[in-house]
Amino acid sequence: MKKALSMVLAAAMAFGCVACGSTGNSKESTANSNTIKIGSIGPLTGGAAIYGNAVKNGAQLAVDEINAKGGLQFSLRVEDDENDVEKSINAYNSLKDWGMQVLLGTVTTQPCLAVAPETAQDNIFLLTPSASAPEIVAEDNAFQVCFTDPNLGTAAAEYIADHNLATKIAIIYDSSEAYSSGVHDNFKQAAAEKGLEVLADEAFTSDNKTDFSVQVQKAKNSGAELVFLPIYYNEANLIIQEMNKQGYDAAIFGCDGLDGLLTIKGADTSLFEDVMLLTPFAADSSDELTQNFVAKYKETYGDTPNQFAADAYDGVYAIWTACEQAGVTADMDASDVCDKLKEAMTQITLNGLTGEGMKWEASGEVNKTPKAVKIVNGAYVSME
Amino acid sequence: MEFLSYLINGISLGSVYAIIALGYTMVYGIAKMLNFAHGDVIMVGSYLVFIGINQMGIPPLVAIIISMVACTLLGIIIERFAYKPLRGASSLAVLITAIGVSYLLQNLALLFWGSDPKSFTSVVTIPPLKLANGQLVISGETIVTIVTSTVIMIGLMLFVNRTKVGNAMLAVSEDKGAAQLMGINVNYTIALTFAIGSALAAVAGVLLCSAYPTLQPTTGAMPGIKAFTAAVFGGIGSIPGAMLGGVLLGIIEILSKAYISTQLADAIVFAVLIVVLLVRPTGLLGKKINEKV
Repeated sequence: MKKALSMVLAAAMAFGCVACGSTGNSKESTANSNTIKIGSIGPLTGGAAIYGNAVKNGAQLAVDEINAKGGLQFSLRVEDDENDVEKSINAYNSLKDWGMQVLLGTVTTQPCLAVAPETAQDNIFLLTPSASAPEIVAEDNAFQVCFTDPNLGTAAAEYIADHNLATKIAIIYDSSEAYSSGVHDNFKQAAAEKGLEVLADEAFTSDNKTDFSVQVQKAKNSGAELVFLPIYYNEANLIIQEMNKQGYDAAIFGCDGLDGLLTIKGADTSLFEDVMLLTPFAADSSDELTQNFVAKYKETYGDTPNQFAADAYDGVYAIWTACEQAGVTADMDASDVCDKLKEAMTQITLNGLTGEGMKWEASGEVNKTPKAVKIVNGAYVSME
Repeated sequence: MEFLSYLINGISLGSVYAIIALGYTMVYGIAKMLNFAHGDVIMVGSYLVFIGINQMGIPPLVAIIISMVACTLLGIIIERFAYKPLRGASSLAVLITAIGVSYLLQNLALLFWGSDPKSFTSVVTIPPLKLANGQLVISGETIVTIVTSTVIMIGLMLFVNRTKVGNAMLAVSEDKGAAQLMGINVNYTIALTFAIGSALAAVAGVLLCSAYPTLQPTTGAMPGIKAFTAAVFGGIGSIPGAMLGGVLLGIIEILSKAYISTQLADAIVFAVLIVVLLVRPTGLLGKKINEKV
């Protein structure tokens, strides 16, 4: 009997190890001594895996392009954090052991809030493609490619008001998530200034995020014409299905967290028609840079890139431009690289996928104009 | 009208808790152990149905039956290899093992099916019931869940009280040693309990995911804990108690979301549980047992 039990335990341990092995997969480009080592951390598995993988792919594409130019060479290594704070710190430490000189990450907000202070302490340059809390760029070594939550919330309210999308608004947000509540707070403030009426303001928490019947019903009863969802796509899918079930036909407006709705397996995408989201990148844009990027991305990964891939692509180019500007070379240590880059970042101008003439403030925030896209026939279409 | 519609939502959520709680209470009532892996058997059952319908294209009913058979086997295997060797061990050891099995199943699911959330297609084709000019909507899922959990509750009660095997289960739950002396095969009876509990888990999984159509390796975890709470609330070990506890828990949760705070709903639910346990330590319908010291 004892033997049987120990067999089971041994099997359990073996499985556990296999599970670790598969989740910790990381891609490493050929690294040699004359390349600058860029580390990145993001959820490659887990509920937010779409973001991490998009960043990984987008960044790799940019790195390959830059390396093909000759001159300054980059090597990229991406570690998985499953959108978990502790795992993110572990990933950061293992990247440091690898000899990382620049951190492109982390991808999601909550882990980034924990990693950013560490980088400040170690004086490692941090450029996050997509983590959007303003606290992340509190220290002067940290910069963002995406908008901060306050900017995003304000931009969303201004967009809705300026384009006359609705005046009666309901909000459903995740109060246990920094990204969601950050956008929510500023949206509400900006909405009041712009004369939008917030008729229902409902929250949920990470422990109670499958049943949305009450939140949707309150929004419905309030008579709101537009539901603002500053949340991630998985919960948004449930809310949209619940709205359909209750026969509540309001417009839906979200932020970059909704990017990923169309990739959910088994989802009825016809329900996502006309969902609007504020995102700086639309894969159907007609400019040359976007079209080249989308074509290359499709060819390499067989998938249409989302905003996160574009953010990461711009992030790598921003690092490259700043490195050229400051004359960073591969033999400098991480701290010297950081000192040079944080000065150079405020001087560069980047024509990227996510905005033309992107500039960075000394505070670490980016300056660019937001765009909105709408889902039409299962694809993003620019609203302009 | 608003209140009625919240109440319906509450009953709908509660009936999902109830059907999961029935599995908990069944195993606890007979084997006297808390099978914390129950929520994860539910998750496995849902994945099997999802794969059957979405990837292999078999009809929902067939997929559910296959999933029930698979979960039954899974339940028997878990019982045989994880719990049976601990039959004589302290209840704490069994409890920890159950938690271990729960994590094992979650991580296996992560390994096999990945962690990206899948959107479950509802297997219920009954159209929603619209009352009072469409102001009250009772979804098909709610109707099916309530009917199914009631049928299962009555079925289980008849099975336990009226059949020979059921009586054997009652005997085992009273006193394993004495039952064995009376010629009851204790190991067989407990294995059967797990088999039934796990088959119910498959049904519960399908209904859970039809009502709240998202599927991840952690899908069973939180509903599992809530259902366990519901079983304790109603009096763990009592079959009608699980049903009552589940429905009440759902109603309390939804009403506190609706009238107090959407964020504090869980806190209120568990506070109510504490109060009930202070007043009635054995739960609403639990039997008072004088423990021999």
